[in-house]
Amino acid sequence: MTEKALFSPGAVVAPAIDWLNRHAHGVFNAISIAVEASLDLVEAVLLVLPAPAMAAAIVALVLWRQGVRMAMLAAGCLAVAGLSGLWEATMQTVALVTTSVIIAVAIAFPLGILAARRPKLEAAMRPVLDLMQTVPPWVYLIPAVMIFSLGKVPAMLATVIYGIPPMLRITTLAFRQVPRELVELGAASGATPFQTLTKIEIPSARKTLLLGLNQCILLSLAMVVLAGLVGAGGLGAEVTRGLTRMEMGLGLRSGLAIVAVAIFLDRISRRALE
Amino acid sequence: MTSPQTPLIECRNVWKVFGARSAEAIAAIRQNGLGKREVLNDYNCVVGVHDASFTVGKGEIFCIMGLSGSGKSTLIRLLNRLIDPSLGEVLVKGRAINGLAKQDLRDLRAHTIGMVFQNVALIPTRTVLENAAFGLEVQGVAPAERRRIATDALTRVGLADWVQRYPRELSGGMQQRVGLARAIAADPEIILMDEPFSALDPLIRRQLQDEFRQLTKSLGKSAVFITHDLDEAIRIGDRIAIMKDGAMVQTGTAEDIVMNPADQYVADFVAGISRIHLVKAASVVMPVADFHAAPVADLARTGLDADIDALIHLVLASPHQAVAVAEGDTLRGVVTARTLLEGLKGDAAPAAHAAASGA
Repeated sequence: MTEKALFSPGAVVAPAIDWLNRHAHGVFNAISIAVEASLDLVEAVLLVLPAPAMAAAIVALVLWRQGVRMAMLAAGCLAVAGLSGLWEATMQTVALVTTSVIIAVAIAFPLGILAARRPKLEAAMRPVLDLMQTVPPWVYLIPAVMIFSLGKVPAMLATVIYGIPPMLRITTLAFRQVPRELVELGAASGATPFQTLTKIEIPSARKTLLLGLNQCILLSLAMVVLAGLVGAGGLGAEVTRGLTRMEMGLGLRSGLAIVAVAIFLDRISRRALE
Repeated sequence: MTSPQTPLIECRNVWKVFGARSAEAIAAIRQNGLGKREVLNDYNCVVGVHDASFTVGKGEIFCIMGLSGSGKSTLIRLLNRLIDPSLGEVLVKGRAINGLAKQDLRDLRAHTIGMVFQNVALIPTRTVLENAAFGLEVQGVAPAERRRIATDALTRVGLADWVQRYPRELSGGMQQRVGLARAIAADPEIILMDEPFSALDPLIRRQLQDEFRQLTKSLGKSAVFITHDLDEAIRIGDRIAIMKDGAMVQTGTAEDIVMNPADQYVADFVAGISRIHLVKAASVVMPVADFHAAPVADLARTGLDADIDALIHLVLASPHQAVAVAEGDTLRGVVTARTLLEGLKGDAAPAAHAAASGA
């Protein structure tokens, strides 16, 4: 059925993965356990109270920190998830996405700053980022599943890989856009490079950085369906179930719950960082 | 005019060359004394600053005037080492800044040399007060203390009522006042002014020019002031340097430059400048011996530094339409309506004509 491939990097990669699996199994196992433990912890915290109590607690927190309007928005989003009967799946997805976004930002933010200062580094990273955004995640999920087996870890790996490029690119753009004179002001006032970064550059770049975070969150959420496919549970699993059983109702409910999570995470995080 | 006594800043044969092959170009300049054109042709490098040497004295306002692309913005950045010179030496208070360690350089910038920027460079997320206190903040001055000092500085520039506002709520002129307050709050001895008023309306610009000069003099600060506007340079500067294509063409007082332009370029620049407050009696007198209209003893007397505006009033008030110019008790000459007209017309600038006919 398939034509014979003359170009086949897999012929090299697959044995390499095999070799890694055989000889470095301990390392991957440790990573796997650590990631799963931290995800489970976040999930456990989110599910420690029954749904109505937890929703009320979250809305109260948002009301206290961000005011009535944001609290109403949060209540609406949580109601969609809770009333759809998908509370537990929703919390699993929130845990997965939040953790993935934090890791993606922790990697992309410093690299983005470096790329903004060193054009050569940016040029070197550009094809890698293009690759990360265009290669279908299914493809790099194969070795990930081979190494980490099915579950949350490969799902998170895919989500992080997908979340890094937008955050990194926009971080670079944000820092490039800081007016030259403002950076000079830092130096001319006797500030250290770190003071210039924290007191001038990050505040000036903030609006664009928030846009990057927003893109990172939304693209990470786009990965949850895939996460369901490799057995990470959550709303993705519900969507998958809806599709395989041709259950329109379930598919629609889980789809809307994903939208609710997206709106919730985006608006609340943006407001919190502004 | 203040005469420079202790040089606060001294530039010695400073060059700045930009380009991929700047290192080779510098070596060639050092060995063979290449000029700007050869550097561009042979090495494809642009010369930003071309062999600049000057000193700035204590309490002096030194203006560097040049059109865009003349290298003046590069030059001012060499003085606090925002840009490293390719060749030559910059001394601040007798100490070469080229070799300073990072921490020493930061101390120098924090305590000795302040800077005000063309586009103000206020941090948009901070209030006016927090902006003015920025320099003190990075020095680690305690919050209460820096608020007090910054409020003082803002009061000096007339913004006492605006401390809690954000930069976007202020007009351009007010924003630039904040920039000035931020610079003086750190109490530096030297303030570098990088075309600070060029984006402002003419009326506001004049007002700020006068305020700046007054403030700098009253605080006893020195300043290097970059501008593309000769009127501004004359209004503000004790001495003026004219820059063209990276080189300093002429350095001197406003009167020097207007009366004796070094070349046709400078002559063209000063052609439109009003001489009425610039030219002094010394430049427009005729010898006493040539004056026959009345006995010189009957004329009113004035000093050598009376400007043309004052002389016009004196001449008009005199029944003989003339006034005697004296230095102490010694007569130096007579000013008549005719010598005044000649002085205003600009015939007193023979150097320009010599350069023009020689070129």
